[in-house]
Amino acid sequence: MAEARAATLVRGDPGYPEITGRIASIVLAGRLPRIFWLGFLGFFALMLLFLFAIAYLVAAGVGKLGLNVPVVWGTMITNVVWWIGIGHAGTLISAVLLLFRQPWRNSINRFAEAMTLLAVAMAGLFPILHLGRPWFFYWLLPLPNTHMHWPQWRSPLVWDFAAIATYIVVSLLFWYMGLIPDLAVLRDRARSRGAQVFYGLLALGWRGSAFHWKRHQTVYFLLAAIATPLVVSVHSVVSLDFAVAIVPGYHSTIFPPYFVAGALYSGFAMVLTIAIPLRAAFGLRDFITQRHIDNGVKVMLAAGMLVAYGYLSETFFSWYSGTPYDRYELFARFLGPYAPCFWIMLACNVGALQLLWFRRVRNNMALLFGIALVINVGMWLERFVIVVSGPANDFLPSAWNTATLTWLDFALLFGSLGTFFALMFLFVRILPAISIFEVAEEAHQEGAA
Amino acid sequence: MSATAEPLDLARLRAEAVERGPQFWRSLEELADTAAFREYLHNEFPRLAARFDIAPDRRGVLKLMAASLAMAGLTACKKADHIAPYVDKPADVTPGRALHYATALSIGGYGFGAIVESHEGRPTKVEGNPDHPASLGASDAIMQAACLGLYDPERSRTPTKDEQAMSWDAFLGEVAALRDEIGNREGAGFALMIGPITSPSEAWLIDRLRAAYPRMLLCVHDPLAADGERTALQQVFGRATATLPRLGQADVIVSLDADFLGEGPGRLAHARAFSSRRIVRDGATTMARLYAIESTPTITGASADHRWAVRGSAVPAIAAALAARLGLGADVNAPVPSAALDAIAADLRKAAGTGLVVAGPHQSADVHLQVHAMNASLGSFGLAVDYIPPPDYRPPGAVSLGALVEQMRRGAVTALLVLDANPAYTAPGDVSFAEALVKVPRTMHVGRYVDATAKASRWHVPLAHDLERWGDIRAFDGTASIIQPLVQPLYGGHAASEVLSALLGEYSASPLDTLRTYWREIGGLDDAAWRAAIQRGVISGTTSAPVVSNAAPVLSSKVNPAGTGIEVRVVPDPWLRAGEYANNAWLQELPRPLSKIVWGNAALVAPATAGRLQLASGDVVRVARDNNAIELPVSIEPGHPEEVITIALGFGQSAIGQVGNGVGANAFPLRAGEALWFLDGLSVSKAEARAAVVTTQHHHSMEGRDIVRNGTLAEYVANPTFAKDREPAPSGTLYPPWPSREEAWAMVIDQTACIGCMACVSACQAENNIPTVGVDEVANGHEMHWLRVDRYYTGSVDNPGVVFQPVPCMHCEEAPCEEVCPVNATVHTHDGLNAQIYNRCVGTRYCSQNCPYKVRRFNFLDYQPFAEGTGSPLAALMNPDVSVRSRGVMEKCTYCVQRIERGRIEAELADQPIADGAVTPACAQACPTQAIIFGNRNDPGSRVRRLHEHPLDYALLAELNTRPRTTYLARVSNPNPALAKLEEPVHG
Amino acid sequence: MPQLFRPRANALARWIVLLAVIGTIFLGTGATFYLRSDFDTGVNHPLAQPVPFSHQHHVAGLGLDCRYCHTGVETSAVAGIPPTEVCMTCHSQIWTNAAVLAPVRESFASGKPIAWTQVNHVADYVFFNHAIHVAKGVACVTCHGEVDRMPLMMRAHPMQMEWCLGCHRNPTPYLRPPADVFDPEWSPPQDIAAMQAALASHEKIDPSKMTDCYVCHR
Repeated sequence: MAEARAATLVRGDPGYPEITGRIASIVLAGRLPRIFWLGFLGFFALMLLFLFAIAYLVAAGVGKLGLNVPVVWGTMITNVVWWIGIGHAGTLISAVLLLFRQPWRNSINRFAEAMTLLAVAMAGLFPILHLGRPWFFYWLLPLPNTHMHWPQWRSPLVWDFAAIATYIVVSLLFWYMGLIPDLAVLRDRARSRGAQVFYGLLALGWRGSAFHWKRHQTVYFLLAAIATPLVVSVHSVVSLDFAVAIVPGYHSTIFPPYFVAGALYSGFAMVLTIAIPLRAAFGLRDFITQRHIDNGVKVMLAAGMLVAYGYLSETFFSWYSGTPYDRYELFARFLGPYAPCFWIMLACNVGALQLLWFRRVRNNMALLFGIALVINVGMWLERFVIVVSGPANDFLPSAWNTATLTWLDFALLFGSLGTFFALMFLFVRILPAISIFEVAEEAHQEGAA
Repeated sequence: MSATAEPLDLARLRAEAVERGPQFWRSLEELADTAAFREYLHNEFPRLAARFDIAPDRRGVLKLMAASLAMAGLTACKKADHIAPYVDKPADVTPGRALHYATALSIGGYGFGAIVESHEGRPTKVEGNPDHPASLGASDAIMQAACLGLYDPERSRTPTKDEQAMSWDAFLGEVAALRDEIGNREGAGFALMIGPITSPSEAWLIDRLRAAYPRMLLCVHDPLAADGERTALQQVFGRATATLPRLGQADVIVSLDADFLGEGPGRLAHARAFSSRRIVRDGATTMARLYAIESTPTITGASADHRWAVRGSAVPAIAAALAARLGLGADVNAPVPSAALDAIAADLRKAAGTGLVVAGPHQSADVHLQVHAMNASLGSFGLAVDYIPPPDYRPPGAVSLGALVEQMRRGAVTALLVLDANPAYTAPGDVSFAEALVKVPRTMHVGRYVDATAKASRWHVPLAHDLERWGDIRAFDGTASIIQPLVQPLYGGHAASEVLSALLGEYSASPLDTLRTYWREIGGLDDAAWRAAIQRGVISGTTSAPVVSNAAPVLSSKVNPAGTGIEVRVVPDPWLRAGEYANNAWLQELPRPLSKIVWGNAALVAPATAGRLQLASGDVVRVARDNNAIELPVSIEPGHPEEVITIALGFGQSAIGQVGNGVGANAFPLRAGEALWFLDGLSVSKAEARAAVVTTQHHHSMEGRDIVRNGTLAEYVANPTFAKDREPAPSGTLYPPWPSREEAWAMVIDQTACIGCMACVSACQAENNIPTVGVDEVANGHEMHWLRVDRYYTGSVDNPGVVFQPVPCMHCEEAPCEEVCPVNATVHTHDGLNAQIYNRCVGTRYCSQNCPYKVRRFNFLDYQPFAEGTGSPLAALMNPDVSVRSRGVMEKCTYCVQRIERGRIEAELADQPIADGAVTPACAQACPTQAIIFGNRNDPGSRVRRLHEHPLDYALLAELNTRPRTTYLARVSNPNPALAKLEEPVHG
Repeated sequence: MPQLFRPRANALARWIVLLAVIGTIFLGTGATFYLRSDFDTGVNHPLAQPVPFSHQHHVAGLGLDCRYCHTGVETSAVAGIPPTEVCMTCHSQIWTNAAVLAPVRESFASGKPIAWTQVNHVADYVFFNHAIHVAKGVACVTCHGEVDRMPLMMRAHPMQMEWCLGCHRNPTPYLRPPADVFDPEWSPPQDIAAMQAALASHEKIDPSKMTDCYVCHR
């Protein structure tokens, strides 16, 4: 029975009005479970911590972070890479799977996109916080200034700036484009005048005419086509920050594919981290079904194995390169000052992953949720190990040193998480967390099938 | 750069004083009383005046030490600023052009010749005086830090009585009262304590004083003095005599616990002479050979070809054993292998007149007798060693500190004047100076800081800094110099000679009067000679003539047995000396040459001893002699003698200033009786605490990497290119080569010559406005020194080889940093510099990440606040030709680009090419051994070009294809082949 | 269900979109121009001075040479503001009790410097050297403008980096024979272009050297 159910994308046979009603009601029904508000308050508190930490960082200086010479890059860069990675799953689900006509994506793409948007917003913040003089971040832009001075185009950081900016813009457009029809639904179903006007403005006068639908589909697919290459390009560019540097442990050609795989891996982990509680909290089991979860987990499993392969080949090539520096860096990664991070990372990303081969594990939501969290931790550690362990013992032993993280590093990391989830909660509260029209399509196609 | 120009009446007045003689100077003296001077300050030095009255907290002081200069701050404001021109411009001043004055600095009472750079009346930088025998143009960390000491806002500012501010006249009143009191009893009951001095005029004043008061007590208190040599040579020559080793003449040198490269008033000259016989740069194929037997790791031992670490009390036995092998006295068994001693003796005998044995000043008279006998039997007199009358003032009849304190305790002393000494801090544990002082009704202290002695005395009078006083001083070889002031006393300090004159009843005698009188009447300098002496910084004809004597060597038969159990070896801290420089943040933060420890001292122990006592670095040990105990962290030092603990003096003060207070532990109380340098019978126990030993280098092995390439002289002669051979040919690059039509600035560092003395690092700090960051920030790895001296150990941990490698920016031709900076803040210049543009930097730190040499330094926090009013008198210390960097900005070695630009502009104004040697970076200028050579690689005649083509030249990490402009000459050592099989050679 | 918005809303929406686009472009260009305008750079704004010193009178009127007061200009980085004593060399003889000169006399008597307001000012991290510019044939007026026509001193050029670079990247058109750099009335001869080319090559003036960052920033 359960299997049979799990096989369907929309459980039972709800008619369109029912689908619409049940999803829209999450937003329009005034009251939400207390658990929602408790969660929101918790994350909001972290959001306030984030704001304080940022203020302190800018006022006092990056010296308050766990940084020194040689380890001049630390958790700020780690956070950038981590958040960007998380963003990727959303784009993959919404754009790539859309192009590949994977109907099962339809009920998770909306919040996956929201997740992308917020994750990339977080990621966009950290490069600026990383700067010694954040107030001059715009010097990375080619502006017509009185210095007669352009950015230095050979620097991967400039490419980065462009990549992340593009990613933010495209994600925003794509997400909003998908929202329009649902906003119209909310506008029509809203009772209070305020809500009607609010959704009405956002809906841009959508009337759901066939004409509208045609245009909408065209643009939606076009944007999907534009967004798809970003899934690969953005994280490849980010990885070049490392691959281009001569630091042992950075200077490796495998980085782009390895980073993209890592991105999807951590992204899907985050999707599960959100989807599982979401469907439980709002009784959406009929829309986000076993099969959605199952597919997500399978993608995660594939990506995870790719990442594991990345570790292997990285190790092999450090040894095979024959340069004493790379070899020592490898040795230090296993046994050096940051070795604990490395082994925990391995346990999380490769060890825990293997459980997902078993259907019983994949069907156990609580366990899946736990594994997803573990993998999120593991992927952060992976980026951290990469960022710090290379510089910590590079070419001249006299310069070797390790930096110890401070409260500020953690305040900023968990602060950003809090901010992310607080905004996520607001999104669920005021916008349909599941794409109404696409679920309807989904049901329609199933009915036809 | 700023159009602001602080007026400088004093520079002109001083200059004219030199011309016109004393009477003119007196008129300036009248002007110089504190109140008027402050008024003058407010009028003429407004920027500084604003900063003279602040009472800084500890963090404040560190910021002050970081010394911001609003003028050069990284602030770009369009709003109109105000310009304060001169009212009456001195003839010899052009705003924007620095003036240089020759003077001398007193370190431990001995003179080091200096050329001081002054910008519109602000002394900013000290260089060595090439004409001065003790400096030869070189300088050391203490000299470099002199300007910081001058502006130190915590220097004593006013005379006090019972901690109430008094006027100088009030003090003169006190002196008059004192004179009345002791006048009618020939000075009985009056005691004068002075620090170590060599000043002829001050000595003359004191002699007059003793003539006037025959029964006064005089005590010369030098906590770092050792009498072994003096006693021994007194015995030999029948009169006070000092050894003057001529290392430039020596082929074989045996150091019996003598750190002649790092200690003593002749250290800079000795280093130059020693390296002149070591470098194999220009076709030379011979080297002097150095055997070092030492009781604690020193830079002399690090430069040695063979080194044995022994306990200090074992050195007499070794001396006797070595003497026996030279046919003097009976053999005894010594901790150094007999075969090794045979080989050394043979080597010495072979060298004959060019063989030299040097003993550490703190070794016993017996050792010095042995050494004198050995040098005599080698026939080295007049060649490798000379004997001269000691330049320092040690009059017969002077009483020891112990004797004086005894008198004080018995109440026989009714008045005590302490002049430039701090016995309350430096007295040994068994001499309770402080208690005895209470028994003295009339106590006066004259010093630069309100230190422990000042606090214990009723009267305190600020002493003028060397850069703000008239005076004279002798160098290690007797050469005298005039000390001339560059500024009026900033804090109303007075010269020692003023105090002495006052004691003689000459209350209004100015230091210049006294000085001029002495040198005219006793010194026999006419005005022309006087002017010449001031211009050159040296008084010609004052160098001591060697003692001509064939006094028969006296051989001491008795050999003190080596002690047993743990022995504590106390050493003066290389920078803080006896603690008088403890409030100088540059010196506190300058890594010690071997241990690399900053901001404190530690108990240095050998790995084996640490193992036996189960001590790890950072464990706190309690070292105690009866009721005097200190606790300090352990630091395990490879090559440290076993069963010995080395503790540096000069730390752990409670009343020197907010920078120095409570830094480290005070080892003076551990001393007792005769045991001043090698202390035994102390209890050493492990305390339950742990404390950080803050160092700037954390990894001490080269991990088998080809970083410091070294070989023996034999290897070099066999294959001169042994270092180059290991280098890969530069691989290709995607980028076109930089055009290099004009200069191609380059640096070569000779690792054979480098003795690791750290002078270059401190000179760089002084020249380039480099901040100090404080102990916590150094512990975080945020230290800012642009230039670091890496120290690697090779071979066994018990007696390793030590190699030093100064690492400035390499100015790579294919610089990894330049490719990754997103904002073009680090770029290549037409003459091959890798320029760092502070005001463009946004602080991504990618450049540092990508720098294989990790020579870039980042302003993690705001180490140099530039807002007006948050600064200090130290603002005046800043070099106006160098930007003060703000928080969040990357910085690094620039090859002293400000000097390059000055050189270029001057050359272009003269319409000539930049001559070789016309541009010298601060590090190269300071280096005592001239190990750093800088110049234009495109100039076929330049020294740097010649050395770049030298077979020993190699590039650091050449395999990365960065093509550095800074290259190294491989280190060549000269071990004795006969010893090679006996012990692991020092070279790695 | 009643209409939420009137039909006009559609047109309104379109206008808003259009204006948003235009507005952005306008703001961008506006800012670019403002940064270079006299409002921001302070060009042609005479500044009040403690003494209303007129270069017009002293230079054009009396024909004083620049170097009479700005003595450092040929030897030092800073040209130097004249000491009070320089003013008094004449004004102890003429206008000895003119009210406007009271601050000068007061300064000379009290020894307190006159606090002039700085007119031509570059950022603190710019290391400008007068001597080399003058020696290479860059006239005073080239940067300071026609001071002989300024009753009160004012900035003649923005002194922004792009202004400096304009000359450092192409110095030749700004040169004149070093002998004439102090002559505010100097009028270029016919063959000025050839002369400047000759000067550039003779003085070895090479933009590739003059555009290194550390030429100004150290």
